[in-house]
Order: sequence, then C-alpha cells, then structure tokens
Amino acid sequence: MAAITDIGLDVPRLPAPRVGRGYWAGVGRRLLRDPVAVAAAIVILAIVLAAVFAPWVAPADPYRASMLRRLRPVGDALYPLGSDELGRDMLSRIIYGGRLSLLMGLLPVAFAFIAGSTIGILAGFVGGRVNTAIMRTVDVFFAFPSVLLAIALSGALGAGIINAIASLTVVFTPQVTRIAESVTTQIRTRDYVEAARASGAGPLAIIRVHVLGNVLGPIFVYATSLISVSMILASGLSFLGLGSKPPEPEWGLMLNTLRTAIYVQPMVAALPGVMIFITSISFNLLSDGLRSAMEVK
Amino acid sequence: MASLHAMLIYTLKRLLYVTPVVIGVSIICFLLVHIAPGDPLSAVLPADATQELVDQMRAAYGFDKPLPVQYALWFWKVLHGDLGTSIATGRSVASEVMRAVGNTLILATVATVIGFTFGTFFGFVAGYFRGSPLDKVASLVSVLGVSVPHYWLGMVLVIIFSVELNWLPPTGAGPDGSAAWRPDAEHLRYIILPAITMSVIPMGVIARTVRALVADILDQEFVHALRAKGLREFGVFRHVVTNAAPTALAVMGLQLGYLLGGSILVETVFSWPGTGFLLNAAIFQRDLPLLQGTILVLALFFVALNLTVDVVQTGLDPRIKRT
Repeated sequence: MAAITDIGLDVPRLPAPRVGRGYWAGVGRRLLRDPVAVAAAIVILAIVLAAVFAPWVAPADPYRASMLRRLRPVGDALYPLGSDELGRDMLSRIIYGGRLSLLMGLLPVAFAFIAGSTIGILAGFVGGRVNTAIMRTVDVFFAFPSVLLAIALSGALGAGIINAIASLTVVFTPQVTRIAESVTTQIRTRDYVEAARASGAGPLAIIRVHVLGNVLGPIFVYATSLISVSMILASGLSFLGLGSKPPEPEWGLMLNTLRTAIYVQPMVAALPGVMIFITSISFNLLSDGLRSAMEVK
Repeated sequence: MASLHAMLIYTLKRLLYVTPVVIGVSIICFLLVHIAPGDPLSAVLPADATQELVDQMRAAYGFDKPLPVQYALWFWKVLHGDLGTSIATGRSVASEVMRAVGNTLILATVATVIGFTFGTFFGFVAGYFRGSPLDKVASLVSVLGVSVPHYWLGMVLVIIFSVELNWLPPTGAGPDGSAAWRPDAEHLRYIILPAITMSVIPMGVIARTVRALVADILDQEFVHALRAKGLREFGVFRHVVTNAAPTALAVMGLQLGYLLGGSILVETVFSWPGTGFLLNAAIFQRDLPLLQGTILVLALFFVALNLTVDVVQTGLDPRIKRT
C-alpha cells in the first residue's frame, strides 16, 4: 500500500488546465491552422476589397467605351486584360463587376439565413401542428430543383437585380428552414432544456439561452455552404438576361455579352467566368474549413 | 428482397404522401402567372384595346373569377392534359413541352451516365486510399465539379473543341438545325459537349457521396472480419460495392432530376432544343402559359423521379425500414 502512495506522490504535477477561451476562439484557432481555408479566405478578402475600393483600384472607367479599341487581347499595352465588345477595359469591369456579383450572390443567402432560421427554429420549438404546416410547405419547395425554381420565379417576375435577389431568397429559405428545424428539434428534447423548463424558464428565455446558442452555429455553417451555389445561380440569372442589365458590369452579364466574341478573343470572353469560378470555389473551400473547424457533421 | 405485399403497401403510402406535394407544386405553378407584374393579358391584347375588349378577353380567359375558382378550373384542365395555349406560337403548351422534354431527357440521361461513371470512379479511389495523394486529387476534382459555373464551362469547351480545334459542332442538336436528336453517328457529335458540360455537377456530387460511403463501409467491423478470414482484396471490394450501390444509385437518380430541371443554362449555351431552350423563349416573349406549363411538367417529373428512387431504393436495400 505504501508503495502505491509513494508512486502517487512521485507523479509530476500536471500544469493547471487552462481556462477555456470560449468556443469561437477555438474555432478561429482551428480555422487558422487549415492552410486551404486560410488561402480561400485571403482570395475572398482580396476580391471583396477590390470590389469595395473599385474606384481606387481599377485603372480605368468601366463604362467608357471606345469604338476603335474593341476586343483587344489580354496583355495589350492599354488594356492589361483586354477590352470587351464595346472597347471597355476588362480589368476595370471585372473589378467593378465584383460589386454586383457578390451582392447578388451573398444577399439571398443572408436573407435566407435570417428568414429560414426564424421559421425553422419556430417550427422546431413549437412542434405539433405548426411544425407540420411549416414543414409540409417546405416539402413543396423541395419538389423543384433549385435552378428551375430560381428561373421560374425570376422569369415570372421579370428581369432585374431586386427580382433576382428575391427569387434566390425564396429558393434558399426552405433549405435553411429544413436544417434549422431539424437541429432545433434535436435540441428541444435535450435534458438541459427540460431542466430549464422545470426550473421555471419561459419559452423566450429558453430560446435565447439554450436554443439559439446551440443551433445558430450549424445553421450558419450550412448557410455558408449555399454561398457558392448562390453566386453561380445569381450570375447564371444575369447570364440569361434575368439579373443585372447592361451597361452595368456584372460577371454573369459580361459572360453573356461576350459570348459572340469567342471566335475573336476567346481568352477575353472566358475571363468573367474565371472570376465566378474562383469566387465560388473559394467560398466552398472556406465553408468546408469552417465546417470541420466547428466540428459540425 | 422484401415481400411484394409489403412493398405494395409502402408504395401506396408514398403515393398518398406525395399527393399534397403535387397539389402544392401545382399551386405554385398556377401563381407564377399571377406574381408576374402587369396584366397577364397585356401580351395578347393590343396596346389601344378598348375597355370592353379587355373585359371580354378577361372573361374568356377566366381572369374575372376569384383566384381559388381560377385555380380549380385550371387544375381540372391540367388533370385532363390541357396546359393551355402558347401566346407566342398559338400551339398547345402540352405538345410544345412534350416535344422539348424528349431532347432534355436524352441530354440529361447521357450527362448523368457520364457523371456517374467518373464520379463513382473518383469516389472509390478517394475512399479506398483515404489521405493519400490520390484522395487529394479525387477530392479536388469533386470540389471543382460542384464549384464550376457550368454555363461558363460550356463556353470554354466550345472555345477549345469547336473554335480552336474545330473537332465538334458548337451548337444545336444535329446537322441542318434538326429539332429532334437521334442516336446516330452524326447526332452523337452534337451531344458530346453539352453532355460533358452537364455531367460535371453530378460527377462532383456523386464523387463526394461515394467517397464518404466507401470510407464509412471500410471502417465497419464486418470488413475487418472479412479481411481476418483471409478474403482477398477483390472479395472485400465486392462487398464494398454491394453495400455502397443502393445509396449511390439513389443519388444518381436524384441528380438526373436536378439536371432535368437545371438544364436551362447549358441548353442556352448550346442552343439545345429542349425544355431549357423553351423556357428561355417563354421568358423573353413573356409567354406565361408556356412558362407555367414547362415548369409544371419539369417539377412533376422531379417529384415522380424522387418517388421512384425512394421506392426502388427501399426495395433494393433491406437495411432501410419501411415506415
């Protein structure tokens, strides 16, 4: 017996456990250790900053056309990325184009995140008939492939940036709602929620303290995974002529108006699509990184 | 295989469950015409029409009745196969849609087969050699597949294979602008580029799914038991395939549905005479009955496909409980 006590005394003392720095600090730390996610975040930041500070970054006026200098190749002395079918500077249009393309891709997801979480948490928390009514309605929207619903709505509403954003919001809200409802339903039956209820907490307090804190993370991760699809669809609507209108610089619309130029300047014609591709893939990689950093299944 | 009786009951239950969804879909399609700004008649009426003429037309189209009555009348016609008349061509919407649906179905099927073949290949390689450089490459391919704007990819393929190399035709479904695709050598050249363009999304999705499935199955105890018993790697591989197949096939079925509905962008790039092309025309001619009819048919196709996939998967996979 004595030997055991002796051994126990010989065990070196472990350093005192560090005080937890909070969940989000941990997520941030894990995210910073993921080189792919960091690279994706840097690319996104660069595109966003270039779009926000476009007047200072862009070398030329994105609207100034020149009939004499149409469809110049990439690497031209005056136009580093060539010029478009109206002789406008492609580099400047691509930098300015980020403004509308990002706005049209990000806003629907942001709106759907707000609306979908509200409806989904409500459905999950209240349960019963309210839940059935909401979720059966959501099922109906799932009966449409997203591209088809987006085009149906904006096709009926008519072309325009606001209509395109509204259509995409309607497309993504049911998807967010479904996720929000399922995580809320899981949380609702947990013991700590029961305990809170038993100790007299009202529904609002339970939602605020116990539900929101646990469900917003997974819903947020899911919403970030929609950004890439939203960017592609928003530019796709403009590509079809249903989003932004000429002469606004916007990547999808630029791709559309340059379609006839593929025989003359194929490199220039494909450029706006490269931007959509880079942005979309960066958002996908960042979302994947966020998912594993937050340990969401 | 489950007993036939149980399958039949399950199928009936699913059909019952899907009925309200179908009604919901029809309501959304019906409302499409009514969320459109302006008078739905403005496309058929001359700008200087008298109020009397407007009222007459309104009554003739049934727009003077309350919305629920209009819906009931419209739905009754739809049940009898009458989707209305196209404003632009004056032909019946049902016949226009049916002609186009065939072309879209061919394109989407070929694209799904290509996507499934490559997707399962990449997925298996990635799942089998998890963490290896091969896995990294396969995972990269699948991320690229789900991130690429396919309308742009279509343009790039046209630039490479039609403009630069002049190997394949850039647009259309066949020589001399034929409106129907036929399975012969000449028409085959026309389907290659649009089908490859369209196959990229299902390829990425299927690769992701199969990778996760295979990795999951390889981790299970029965695989360790098979290996411990001395089963050769090929035998283990067969077990993995049979376990992964039902889910992989189900994902493939759903992807076919997504492609049917999502073909509009690719069809526009390649001027493929399918439903996407029809939708594009309907939108720009403000031909709302045509828009409504095409969307309804595509959505119902999607619902039917979902139902079929669900029932077939349950029939094939004894692990899924029928409830």
